[in-house]
Amino acid sequence: MSDRIYLGLPGLATDVTTLKEVFRYRVNMYTIKEEREIEPETFAHLVSSTLYEKRFGPYFIEPVMAGLEKTPSGAYKPFIAATDLIGCLNFAKDFVVAGTASTKLYGVAEGLWEPDLEPEDLFETCAQTLLNAVDRDAYSGWGAEVHLITKDKVIKRTLKGRMD
Amino acid sequence: MNSFLTRYSSTSPDADIRKAKELYGEDEEVSEMMWGSAGGFGNLAKGVPSFKIPAVADPSSFLRMHTDDHADPSCRIKIKHGTTTLAFRYKGGVIVAVDSRATAGSYVASGTVKKVIEINPYLLGTMAGGAADCQYWETYLGIQCRLHELRNRERISVAAASKYLSNLVYSYKGMGLSMGTMICGWDKTGPAIFYVDSDGSRLKGDLFSVGSGSTFAYGVLDQGYKWDLTDEEAHELGRRSIYAAGHRDAFSGNTVNLYHVQQDGWKFIGNYDVSELHYNGPGDNVPGAPGGGYGYDIRVEGRSSSNAPA
Repeated sequence: MSDRIYLGLPGLATDVTTLKEVFRYRVNMYTIKEEREIEPETFAHLVSSTLYEKRFGPYFIEPVMAGLEKTPSGAYKPFIAATDLIGCLNFAKDFVVAGTASTKLYGVAEGLWEPDLEPEDLFETCAQTLLNAVDRDAYSGWGAEVHLITKDKVIKRTLKGRMD
Repeated sequence: MNSFLTRYSSTSPDADIRKAKELYGEDEEVSEMMWGSAGGFGNLAKGVPSFKIPAVADPSSFLRMHTDDHADPSCRIKIKHGTTTLAFRYKGGVIVAVDSRATAGSYVASGTVKKVIEINPYLLGTMAGGAADCQYWETYLGIQCRLHELRNRERISVAAASKYLSNLVYSYKGMGLSMGTMICGWDKTGPAIFYVDSDGSRLKGDLFSVGSGSTFAYGVLDQGYKWDLTDEEAHELGRRSIYAAGHRDAFSGNTVNLYHVQQDGWKFIGNYDVSELHYNGPGDNVPGAPGGGYGYDIRVEGRSSSNAPA
């Protein structure tokens, strides 16, 4: 969404495309009007209200967000959030999951995650959680991608996953 | 001496029946099903085992109401489904290949299921549909085949064995049995395959594939099948077909189990991981295999500008 906000949109493919465009449009409008980059938490509220607009005919999507928010001192702090399909916000401190493999992801993440991981350890935790959960879900798989967001760079890694 | 022993031993079947009769009274029915040590077949089993049926007006619709995950995905009991199995007859015998994934809804319940049931050294059965139904009734079929051998001093034909199973499942029609199986073997008439399912179908043929991934397997199988296949080519065709299904069908995959039935009985050829087949193929110098991974991306890598080398 921006240099330091990433959005995952598991769900109905047509809604994925539509919402991607909607969010791009709204983030751009925000940036122009406010003359500053949108903060992750503000973006999460934008996602939430966009989804709630369709309360009685929702988009079939369960977004997850990750980014770095600016603290008053000017440093960056990790931020994650997820919502359900009509925009109920969940600001978790540990991890957020979504999609057909969400139940499995909860199980593995609960077992592997620990607080204050270093970037490479966090990457390994995410990668292992994703690969192992996806292998227990018939609808997910055929490869995986992990984006490691740090204050000076974002590393995208494509994982070699099971192909069945 | 033997009868003396059984009379006073506390572990023999006779003793168990005697104790049960004391408990329940002489005329209370003591079913064979109570002697669970041999998985309900019991060592006293006479004829077809009888099952307790739920005490409701319509037992089969009662069961369907709580298990049918197509009509109602939120039902509480999900029976293990989803499979790819195949078998084909050729000059050198019968090839049987299956995947090893068991799913309950979208959950991958197991990736190491044995879907080939070794009925006896000359007969193989495959498993699709309800895992328990196939496992139980094909094991039961094995018992009946052995009894046939003892009674007639001759091995049972594949036709007879499959008809036994077919008639048996037909007697349970409408009660919720779910199985699609291929009975494969070699008898006096040579290699034979019979497709038997719980609707009561029983078909003889050269080439079958059963399960949710069967369409994908048929695609590869039909394209590569001919009667004059060498053994190596036949193994490769079976393996490659199940790989295709494992790759494309969400409810099939994990590993391939490959069997070959010849005149002197069946032989287990091997177990192959589907992802391993995708990236690296069945291994170095496997006869019949082209070498390298089966995967599309792997085969076309570096062959065109849109598939540049990694």
